[in-house]
Amino acid sequence: MTDLTRFSADALSRKLASKEVSAVEVTQAHLDRIDAVDGAINAFLHVNADEALRVAAEVDRARAGAETLHPLAGVPIAVKDLIVTRGQPTTAGSKILEGWQSPYDATVVSKLRAARMPLLGKTNLDEFAMGSSTEHSAYGPTRNPWDLDRIPGGSGGGSAAAVAAFEAPLALGTDTGGSIRQPGAVTGTVGVKPTYGGVSRYGAIAMASSLDQIGPVSRTVLDSALLHEVIGGHDPQDSTSLTDPVGALVEAARRGEVEGMRIGVIKELQGEGYQAGVLTRFQEALELLRSAGAEIVEVSCPNFRYALGAYYLIMPSEASSNLAKYDGVRFGLRVVPDGAPTIERVMGATRAAGFGDEVKRRIILGTYALSAGYYDAYYGSAQQVRTLIQRDFAAAFEQADVLISPTAPTTAFKLGEKLGDPLAMYLNDVATIPANLAGIPGLSVPGGLADEDGLPVGIQFLAPARQDARLYRVGAVLEALLEESWGGPLLSRAPEITEIAGGK
Amino acid sequence: MTAGTDEVLSFDEAMEKYDPVLGFEVHVELNTRTKMFSSAPNAFGDVPNTNVTPVDLGLPGVLPVVNGVAVESAIKIGLALNCSIAEKCYFARKNYFYPDTPKNFQTSQFEDPIAYDGSIDIELADGTVFTVEIERAHMEEDAGKLTHVGGSTGRIQGAEYSLVDYNRAGVPLIEIVTKPIEGAGARAPELAKAYVAAIREIVKNLGVSDARMERGNVRCDANVSLRPHGREQFGTRTETKNVNSLRAVEHAVRYEIQRHAAVLDSGTPILQETRHWHEDTRSTTSGRPKSDADDYRYFPEPDLVPVVTDEAWIETLRASLPEPPAERRKRLQADWGYSDAEFRDVVNAGVMTSIEDTVAAGVGAVAARKWWMGEISRRAKLADVEPSELGVTPELVVELQGLIDAGKINDKLSRDVLDGVLAGEGTPAEVVEQRGLAVVSDDGPLLDAIDGALAAQPDVADKIRGGKIQAVGAIVGGVMKATRGQADAGRVRELILQRLGVEG
Repeated sequence: MTDLTRFSADALSRKLASKEVSAVEVTQAHLDRIDAVDGAINAFLHVNADEALRVAAEVDRARAGAETLHPLAGVPIAVKDLIVTRGQPTTAGSKILEGWQSPYDATVVSKLRAARMPLLGKTNLDEFAMGSSTEHSAYGPTRNPWDLDRIPGGSGGGSAAAVAAFEAPLALGTDTGGSIRQPGAVTGTVGVKPTYGGVSRYGAIAMASSLDQIGPVSRTVLDSALLHEVIGGHDPQDSTSLTDPVGALVEAARRGEVEGMRIGVIKELQGEGYQAGVLTRFQEALELLRSAGAEIVEVSCPNFRYALGAYYLIMPSEASSNLAKYDGVRFGLRVVPDGAPTIERVMGATRAAGFGDEVKRRIILGTYALSAGYYDAYYGSAQQVRTLIQRDFAAAFEQADVLISPTAPTTAFKLGEKLGDPLAMYLNDVATIPANLAGIPGLSVPGGLADEDGLPVGIQFLAPARQDARLYRVGAVLEALLEESWGGPLLSRAPEITEIAGGK
Repeated sequence: MTAGTDEVLSFDEAMEKYDPVLGFEVHVELNTRTKMFSSAPNAFGDVPNTNVTPVDLGLPGVLPVVNGVAVESAIKIGLALNCSIAEKCYFARKNYFYPDTPKNFQTSQFEDPIAYDGSIDIELADGTVFTVEIERAHMEEDAGKLTHVGGSTGRIQGAEYSLVDYNRAGVPLIEIVTKPIEGAGARAPELAKAYVAAIREIVKNLGVSDARMERGNVRCDANVSLRPHGREQFGTRTETKNVNSLRAVEHAVRYEIQRHAAVLDSGTPILQETRHWHEDTRSTTSGRPKSDADDYRYFPEPDLVPVVTDEAWIETLRASLPEPPAERRKRLQADWGYSDAEFRDVVNAGVMTSIEDTVAAGVGAVAARKWWMGEISRRAKLADVEPSELGVTPELVVELQGLIDAGKINDKLSRDVLDGVLAGEGTPAEVVEQRGLAVVSDDGPLLDAIDGALAAQPDVADKIRGGKIQAVGAIVGGVMKATRGQADAGRVRELILQRLGVEG
């Protein structure tokens, strides 16, 4: 039998519907794959085999009973460990939540359950989603399936690597400054950050509330659209959730056309700091889109040069407050120092032991930026920059229907390479951060391999708020054109992962 | 720190030298069905930690949702305080670590309160009216309740351990802040009490709070400063926290004035700090230093969208407001024709509404006052409850008064009937029947008693026969005694005169 882990979610959905395969077979195949390769990849922090198989068996029974099922019923999925789940641990990649189980499901998880998608487990991430390499996980780094010595991107390196390594056809990620799109770019997968408010954040452990957004991770544009329609839509438990219906995203991905579409190349997101091989693939993508009938225009977003600086004030400010609840009083780790400790000392010792360096760095930064006397200069001016960036986008979208840029300036770097240099690490998100600051949707699609290192390059599309469908339309076209030129999906060119004994 | 060790000056001496300036922060707990940002019940006195959802515990991933009824209540309070209502206002996070605050920040309002710039007229006992300017009224959430066990102070320092009940965490609060109140002079303590009483009355009248100070529904922080007569500039203030009865507000302000005066007289500056009120010693002790630079790192709550009001909504709410308590009092006094002293007594006894209801049920204003200020108040005092809580309904008073008016019982008997009804013996008519309390109206037994009384006092009988009609009282008294008061004294008099053949 063909390896079931190689199929897209859409293909699996059709095979399940026609009863060519059972949900148990599909789920078991992915659990077997996890068993075989995750010892090398370390994409999963928790594997939820029993429950996943039970849900799969229920789907099979329901299908045998001719019940009407959601198209993705029986298609398994991995969930970033920043999203809370009943019956499985949720750690946020931090020691401070080790062993904690949520008594409630995130809204997106409830939706996955309602669609009867087996949950394969929880994927690794930078602690509290703070990082661009998954090296800041308290549970060890995830490795890039293209090269085990390289990072899978971050913070959602676990979800991207799981999908790239065929351990799951679909995964959920969260994107605060690029944590879905940048891992997608460096692992050769598709990642989508929906419009802010398009997907409920209820149950996503907050890093920066005004920037965080849950989104799909997959190997094809259509699969992301399928998942996006499951998780999207209004949620009364999230006050920032949009009331709009989620929209016809699957239809947009299936229709996929760019004839007459104006695609704006962002002048500021190329050139210096961008790897040559990344720029080459980017130019090729532009040519392909032009040949398919798109009009390529150049747009300028002059305030993007302040984006990274503003982001690294707003994000840590919000994070410093969001992470205050981890104090050892009600849940999670509690460290009681010797002697007769006061509550302050218990809180202090718990946080000192429970948080990693990057988390502490951002809490300190944010606490400082919000302090009396500094607020206006730091948090205040950062919010003004945010407005300027929104205006840049508004102006750009008058000239173009969608915008395009490389997703990340480089391909995957080596594990440990940027750990000692936080600023170099932060720079990796330069192209993804503006979308979070403006609340607009973005999609990263594989753009090929860089000539100099043979590693995946990502192409990012951005659309105006609530126009997520445009991303799927244009993304599907570029994907089809590139796959035609490659003679198959990019991931079919990935090296077979050396099977390491002692997988999970 | 031992309570009551501070030097104080006599109040009169303090007033000779200084002018007090007051300021109040009154917290009002709303009586909404659910909490400010969650669906947990807002209820007092339940088993600890039962009225909680993941939101109230600040579990990872949760998000707040604003309680619309609480916003309406806030607007109503704002309107009743003659405030302007903000067209758009925001919530903000007030960041500080304390175990009664599950998220380690309180969701409050900072720069943009929902209501601002109001005023209310406070009438003192002698009719003097002070106008108190309202700075703002804003929405926020209550903290949980800590109980410190062990240690001598009942405070967190020195406690062996502390218990926390999060039932109160998230209960909607409106904080009402005055502008500095100048010019009260020696009446400052009286004004303080009258102000808090007025706020309590207003929120109770609006129906937005149970307004029970003993349950903490209305809590007052009282700011006091002194300045020498003739000086413009305010002195340094202290803030006495959580003064939770009307009497205590008066005493605490008085005490702080006396203490400040003594400190200032000794040539030392006042320390800007919070003070704790001790009911037992009627004095305050030092709390914690409070400078204007207390750094709560306020920033706009990113998990909530702005509260937007519109003219039509506000006008609908304004139209729904009940008659203001002060106007209602004026109207009722005029309707009932009570003297100022009579009316003040009625108000102070807390029976105004009961009288209003009783009058509405058909009893005359004079009789209604006699009931509520007399027998009912007396029994309430014995039972240590408010008259309105004794279980006497207006209908009961109507029935009692009806029996008197019909001559079935007299005033004296009516007290026994009231006792019987309150003891659960049935309706007044039933009690009259069962206790055999009806006025003796059958002339037979009465004539026997009269004959007995006349025989016992033949000299008196002779006097009456001789025309000294006024002597009949002695015989009436004898008859009443013989019938244990169950006779109608008027009828007895008539019969005696008839018996003696004298024209009344």
